[in-house]
Amino acid sequence: MTNRDDTFAKVTALIEPFNKKGIALTDAVRFAQDLEWDSLTVMDFVAAVEDEFDIIITMNMQAEIETIGQLVDAVEKLKA
Amino acid sequence: MTDAGTLREDRPLDALEHPSAPDLLAKFDPLIAERQALLDTGVRDPFAIVMEKVLSPTEAIIGGKHTILLGTYNYMGMTFDPDVVAAGKRALDEFGAGTTGSRVLNGTYQGHRECEDALKDFYGMDHAIVFSTGYQANLGMISTLAGKGDYIILDADSHASIYDGCWLGNAEIVRFRHNSVEDLDKRLGRLPKEAGKLVVLEGVYSMLGDIAPLKEMVAVAKKHGAMILCDEAHGMGFFGAHGRGVFEEAGVEDDVDFVVGTFSKSVGTVGGFCVSNHPKFEVLRLVCRPYVFTASLPPSVVATAATSIRKLMHAGDKRERLWANSRRLHQGLRDLGFTLGTKSAESAIIAVILSDQTQAVGMWQALLELGLYVNMARPPATPAGTYLLRCSLCAEHRDEQVGQIIDMFAQAGRAVGCIA
Repeated sequence: MTNRDDTFAKVTALIEPFNKKGIALTDAVRFAQDLEWDSLTVMDFVAAVEDEFDIIITMNMQAEIETIGQLVDAVEKLKA
Repeated sequence: MTDAGTLREDRPLDALEHPSAPDLLAKFDPLIAERQALLDTGVRDPFAIVMEKVLSPTEAIIGGKHTILLGTYNYMGMTFDPDVVAAGKRALDEFGAGTTGSRVLNGTYQGHRECEDALKDFYGMDHAIVFSTGYQANLGMISTLAGKGDYIILDADSHASIYDGCWLGNAEIVRFRHNSVEDLDKRLGRLPKEAGKLVVLEGVYSMLGDIAPLKEMVAVAKKHGAMILCDEAHGMGFFGAHGRGVFEEAGVEDDVDFVVGTFSKSVGTVGGFCVSNHPKFEVLRLVCRPYVFTASLPPSVVATAATSIRKLMHAGDKRERLWANSRRLHQGLRDLGFTLGTKSAESAIIAVILSDQTQAVGMWQALLELGLYVNMARPPATPAGTYLLRCSLCAEHRDEQVGQIIDMFAQAGRAVGCIA
């Protein structure tokens, strides 16, 4: 398992509690359109990801992240 | 081309519209539909109330009906104070209706200076700067203090003006969970040590009426080398020994770098301000865009504000009445079985939490028909997607009015079915 796979697994595990529609989670899945998350869910989820990896994902960065793949890449970069 | 701009009757209206031009308002269609569906059920529009007459800080005529006001933020009832009104009239006569200018050009009159002096005296601070609204005070202070490469750390439930202040500037924006000292500590700890940091807090959070644990939060922010801005919009007038706000009551006056406030609540008019002891504070007058690029407040407004602020320095009786009213209403609503935003009355805002929009609007309308006006608040303004009726007390609510208010809540609550 590469580092990215490991991050992907951890991120998707954090998504599952909020994955109410039971969507198959891939890099291409979009938070707003596919998972249909509102801003409050995003807030809770981002806080959970930040705590899991001990990083900060600023709101400026969050505005650029639309898909799971983009989030995983961002987390990889922030951990480095 | 002689008749350009007039419609020719033989041409259908649709043909005039460019087929490929996207309608920029189309993005609001879901909101328009939701609103229409709600109004179609026969309720009145909670966001389109007109007060035909205002009789006092606590009473108005709405739809021809005598109505008790319980959603005005007019905490200290200063709007009809005779000294305040007289000062406004005098300034109108002596200085005219408006300044037609920016504070840094032709828009600073004697009254603006006197208003800033009143704020300095009220807060016991070296500097005060008056903005045209409270919204602009946050917009200006936050966007100017935190620049590129700096960090703004804000509570997730912050007021829209704080968020908008963040968007107007170029800083990195980090949120922490509402009122969580631990979450704030953790996030500050992850930021680069050498970076400039501004922690933005509010004394009272206006949706649920809960107060911030400022003593702990300020200690954490200082530990990480952050500057602190505290918004006391809903705390000015009746928290702390001098009525300065929650930060005074929490004993952290010396550690809060900037206090932002408004004239549109306890002061009873309109306008915003920031006070500070920072030695370089005055430079903000030159670099703060929402201060520079707008017209200053009218002379009558700063005159009413200055008079009101000075009277609020000695308003111990009003403070006591406001707290007594708030505690009584909180207890009364709790006894009736309503779910409230806080366990006890932490401020003069009491939020009644309802299950959904239908119940909230139903309750709001039932109260209005009985002769009581409260604010209805809905997402995205509210935390955790809640629908609530927000009540704000006034020092001028009489005992019998508070009794009437509780009775009206009982009647409306039973009619709508949100209490037994």
